[in-house]
Amino acid sequence: MKKLIVISAFLLSLTNQSFAAMEDDPVLTKFMLNEFETSDEAENPFTWNAQLWIGKDLNKFWIKTEGEQEDGRTEESEVQLLYSKAIAPYWDIQMGVRRDNRNDIDRDWLVIGYEGLAPYFFEIDTALFLGKSGQAALRLEAEYELILTQKLVLSPEVEVNIYAEEDSERSTGAGLSNIEAGVRLRYEIRREFAPYIGVTWNSLYGDTADIAKTSGDEASNTSVVIGIRAWF
Amino acid sequence: MSQKLIKFEDKTVNQPRRRFVQGVAMGSVALGMGMIPEVLLANSMKNGPQTLSGNEFDLKIGQQTVNLTGSNSIATTVNGSLPAPVLRWKEGDDITLRVNNTLSEDSSIHWHGLILPAAMDGVPNISEGFTGIKPGETFTYNFPAIQSGTYWYHSHSGFQEQTGIYGAIVIDPKEPEPFEYDQDYVVMLSDWSDENPSNVYAKLKKMSHYYNFRERTAGDVYSDIKKDGLSKTWDKRSMWNRMRMSDTDISDVTGYTYTFLMNGQNPATGWTGLFKPGEKIRLRFINAAAMTFFDVRIPGLKMTVVAADGQLVKPVSIDEFRIGVAETYDVIVEPEDNKAYSVFAQAIDRTGYARGTLTPDPEMKAIIPAMDPAPFLVHRDMGMNMSGMNHSGHDMNEKKNSTKRDMSAMDHSQHNMKRPPKGDMKGMDHSGHNMSSGMKHSEHVVDTSGKAGYGSARKIKHAETEFGPHVDMRSESPQYRLNEPGIGLENNGRKVLTYSDLKNYYPTPDKREPSREIDLHLTGNMSRYMWSINGVKFADADPIQLKYGERVRFNLVNDTMMNHPVHLHGMWSDLETGDPDFIPRKHTIIVPPGGKVSYLVTADAKGGWAYHCHLLYHMMGMFRKVEVV
Repeated sequence: MKKLIVISAFLLSLTNQSFAAMEDDPVLTKFMLNEFETSDEAENPFTWNAQLWIGKDLNKFWIKTEGEQEDGRTEESEVQLLYSKAIAPYWDIQMGVRRDNRNDIDRDWLVIGYEGLAPYFFEIDTALFLGKSGQAALRLEAEYELILTQKLVLSPEVEVNIYAEEDSERSTGAGLSNIEAGVRLRYEIRREFAPYIGVTWNSLYGDTADIAKTSGDEASNTSVVIGIRAWF
Repeated sequence: MSQKLIKFEDKTVNQPRRRFVQGVAMGSVALGMGMIPEVLLANSMKNGPQTLSGNEFDLKIGQQTVNLTGSNSIATTVNGSLPAPVLRWKEGDDITLRVNNTLSEDSSIHWHGLILPAAMDGVPNISEGFTGIKPGETFTYNFPAIQSGTYWYHSHSGFQEQTGIYGAIVIDPKEPEPFEYDQDYVVMLSDWSDENPSNVYAKLKKMSHYYNFRERTAGDVYSDIKKDGLSKTWDKRSMWNRMRMSDTDISDVTGYTYTFLMNGQNPATGWTGLFKPGEKIRLRFINAAAMTFFDVRIPGLKMTVVAADGQLVKPVSIDEFRIGVAETYDVIVEPEDNKAYSVFAQAIDRTGYARGTLTPDPEMKAIIPAMDPAPFLVHRDMGMNMSGMNHSGHDMNEKKNSTKRDMSAMDHSQHNMKRPPKGDMKGMDHSGHNMSSGMKHSEHVVDTSGKAGYGSARKIKHAETEFGPHVDMRSESPQYRLNEPGIGLENNGRKVLTYSDLKNYYPTPDKREPSREIDLHLTGNMSRYMWSINGVKFADADPIQLKYGERVRFNLVNDTMMNHPVHLHGMWSDLETGDPDFIPRKHTIIVPPGGKVSYLVTADAKGGWAYHCHLLYHMMGMFRKVEVV
């Protein structure tokens, strides 16, 4: 996380929001805190999902990070550094690297992603991750925004993770590993700032579920979350 | 300081997010402490900015604290005035303007609609030898006033136009005009935001619908289903959803941040024009907004339009007109009763209005009308000739061979001149008609279609540069929409001015046929908020070359869902409305959503000229240099 802040601060310092006259395509920066939440579980979990981009209309650098803490200890975390290039009116292709940490073990990946807005306003973020020694993973994320009022937005989302090979050190089995789904109801006090409440479900599948059961963990859980969404 | 604060009036306007900013009474240029002269100026400006007459002027561009919304903000102004002073000249005079820039950044003044030498046009790095007025420097403009009428001037640097550098120009004619009037008022409309314009631009790039608080809600869908049934609602909504576009996307920047001004007065104060009952009043409307189209009416009064973009037209009696950004209309009204009238200019997206009062007595108040319902875009605004469901018809159109397509294009243009489509269904009928009995119709129109005054017979082609991540829409079947009043004004029970109502008061001066046609498509990607012409933004584009003396036709196709007011500097744009003998001359022409417009230009002004969409946050990309050599 600290590293991320340092990188972000550096990138921010490169931007110049007060661009010169007639500059149609200035370098801009957008920071998005998509999820910043805690839940009703006993371990005081705290989850974040944030993104930052810096760049121009069609070419940007992205930083994506997400992770979870329990009782102040980081259980898992992930940072992606990506170069993003627009390839269609609503779609960007994103390439870069990812480092994540789970059970105190780091893994590094190459990332090829495809992000954008599908017909019917589904926000899609899908990525293929290539790890060392033949490991590969696929992640599919989709989100929809149901506009209840001009300020109240109900946003269902789903994330699916699939792994090519087992990674026993990190309690991950091969095949479909988990599906996370959530529904969050946010109230946009401003466009840029919205508190929310929601419900999330996380289910482990296949070998991953078996591994969890063996070590006495539950293969699925439901929690009520409360958090803040913001961007600037 | 006689500034009094009043509470926002509670108007019953349909504003789901929040009421647009009405501002505080006496909103006008005002006043840090100890700035007594400015305070006096502010008070005297209740009836509009001061008028400077003559042929020599000293203008000072500077910063000014203003309070138009209830909180202080910094404006850029000319002579401390917002709008800038009205400049009143005489046709034939030699005009000298010394413009001193006291800002810490470059500035400039462009004389909008004036025919003058390229070096005097005031567009940095486009106008011959002009690179802008550096901080602390003075640039002297000198040119003859060879025309008369209502024009305006504004900064052509950065976003200074948004922050206050705009004013009216009135040039009195040598010969008397063919109408009379007793009162003469400039009515300058504009949009003000306390936000820094570069932040507005950045927000639009980060979230293009940032200022749209009229998005379709789940509740709207539910009531549509209750009303129309599920399948009809699905049909209606699915195309927009498939295309990832919004039919409420009327204005990029709305009353959420804008306070709309009339002669610098916010709606809480309003501008006041005095008259005696029975007098004729000439109102010179100028749209000096950065981004806002206005629909203007004076309930209870007919307006007679006598000039458009400064040029005389045959008088047309109307109830209402739409004024695009940078356009001007001169109207004459004749209030006979001893009562006050509202001059009501609602923003095209109905998120707010500017207003004023015509009154025999400053104490008399007029009723302020409610705003009309906010409009929704329809399929035609995406360049579709038929309803989105009817894809078979569309396919037929695509399969036709090129000859037939040409004929159908001719037929369209001809048809639109004479009996334009009134709605979606009629538009659909037309194309069906063209397909089945194309021959008969094209025989009928072949002699005029494509001729000067009638518009183009060319078929619409999208350049290769229009395909890619930077362009989200291409009109399949763009139509001339010259006698449509415009989105939100259809069937409102009022006589609304259309472009086809405009007839030049004088015969067409240059009756030559165009020697060639230049097709330009207005393109963009709304969600990425990037704008271009033919898919190429200004920074990457070559200039458009015109040969000195040639008569050329510009065909503008709108491959977006919004109106673009396109302004050619230095030369007139002769708008083809179907009457070759009295072609109206304009400097700024609205290209309707998904539609097209054709106009003729006589390249009679040597040099480099700016040519662009006049929406401030579009123009950086949607811009070309025109070179006449």
